[in-house]
Amino acid sequence: MDILKAHISVQNLNVSYGEHQALKNITADIPEKQITAIIGPSGCGKTTLLKCLNRLIDLTDGVKLSGQVLVDGVDIYNDKDIDVTCVRKKMGMLSQKPFPLPMSIYDNVTYGLRLHGTRDRKKLDAAVERYLRMGGLWEEVKNRLESPAAKLSAGQQQRLCLARSLAVEPEALLGDEPTSALDPVSAQHIEKTFRELKKNYTIVIVTHILRQARRLADYVIFLYLGELIECGPAENVFNYPKESKTQAYIKGEIS
Amino acid sequence: MVLNRRKLEASFFKGLMIASTLAVVGSLFAVFFAVILKGAPALSLSMITEVPKGGYYLGGEGGILNAIVGSLYLGIGATALALLMALPVALFLQREYIGNSRFGRLTRLSFDVLWGVPSIVYGAFGFIIMLYLGIRACLLGGIIALTLLELPIMIRAMDEVVGMVPRELKEASYAMGATKLETTIKVVCRQALPGLLTGIILAFGRGIGDAASILFTAGYTDRLPHSLFDPVASLPLAVFFQIGTPFPEVQQRAYASAFILLILVLIISVGSRVLTRRFTKYVVR
Repeated sequence: MDILKAHISVQNLNVSYGEHQALKNITADIPEKQITAIIGPSGCGKTTLLKCLNRLIDLTDGVKLSGQVLVDGVDIYNDKDIDVTCVRKKMGMLSQKPFPLPMSIYDNVTYGLRLHGTRDRKKLDAAVERYLRMGGLWEEVKNRLESPAAKLSAGQQQRLCLARSLAVEPEALLGDEPTSALDPVSAQHIEKTFRELKKNYTIVIVTHILRQARRLADYVIFLYLGELIECGPAENVFNYPKESKTQAYIKGEIS
Repeated sequence: MVLNRRKLEASFFKGLMIASTLAVVGSLFAVFFAVILKGAPALSLSMITEVPKGGYYLGGEGGILNAIVGSLYLGIGATALALLMALPVALFLQREYIGNSRFGRLTRLSFDVLWGVPSIVYGAFGFIIMLYLGIRACLLGGIIALTLLELPIMIRAMDEVVGMVPRELKEASYAMGATKLETTIKVVCRQALPGLLTGIILAFGRGIGDAASILFTAGYTDRLPHSLFDPVASLPLAVFFQIGTPFPEVQQRAYASAFILLILVLIISVGSRVLTRRFTKYVVR
């Protein structure tokens, strides 16, 4: 971690839903322009941690949070001048199941741009092509940009969601098991795109598929029952895990 | 042996479902045909193009244009007014606003109760307001009473569909930096549009067909209204008054009026569906 610059830094983060403490004193750095995988058994707080990074966690009822999340050195929870919409704009998000917005393909991609003030039709047209190409969907939809996004297949929808997130020009991409609802070919497609995108973006994915984490991740955070057990460069965590729980999880003994 | 019993159960319940469905659809058609049969002799072009001649109570002359126009004014006016209030309330009942709070639950409960209030009570309530304001039975009074009647129906129907918009869909919008308001207007309303429309049509159908709430508040007249403060006729009351006469030819006109009311509701329901089809194809399933 000494060489790599931390883009997002989580410090002493505690999150609880009512009585249940979902995250216990998490401290971890997420390196810039790398793929970080958050792994761990179900219910260990992976998604909660991810949602803390763009403050989507705010929308959950009865949630209590303490600690800090620094993005580019700015505390996104406690800094006085922070605007939550700007925080979210910086972080693109892909959900588990693709959810296209109830509008045309074109409007899906331009949704974020319009929100943030771009009205010029030429700019919007250019952005649609550019980001659909980045999402690897352009060739398939270029002749039907006005048709409903809901008509696309699940795999295409997820690529559209990716293009839509990229169009807001985020610095980081957060993926919550972004391939788990897709067929293998579409899943590969998304993985391939992630590998290309890491040149320019910090990528954080939650995954319960260890093989996917091995294929993609440069950096790994292993959570177990709301606690951070181990984090570090992927090769170290996968090949020489320090903690016995990490060893057991990687061997498939706990899941 | 067990398999036979399960098959028997399945066919029994399937039969029950078919029978119930047929009974419901059958009664609808029975009403429709009874109204047509009884009203057919009185149906003519002049029924929908002329106002009554020589008083509705005695006459078989003229038409019921006064009631058709009155009902449209009342129904559309009340539905528009109710929509103006119902949509913000339904949207405010989302989880992000007051949905799960005590106030939110209290609001829902009060609309459930209001739903069950008999329409004559709204009429009486509207009448008290009119006395207080010093206005007599008129279009405006009728619209207010009908709005009160339609509000709980519209709000509860809209609340249900707004609540069914997937949470992840809203999160996708928030994640791109949208505010609550932007998400609500651009995503929630579009996704819920077919359901919102159903709520509006449901309330409109209930409003245009109601007689008791406008009995005191809108009054009745043979003339067409020229302002909000003129009394106004309506189809349900046209049916009510005409059927109460001792003259068979006037009673026939009551059935003809009922038929016209049914057609009117049908046209508006189907028409609004067709008009909004363009927007509903985007809905995410």
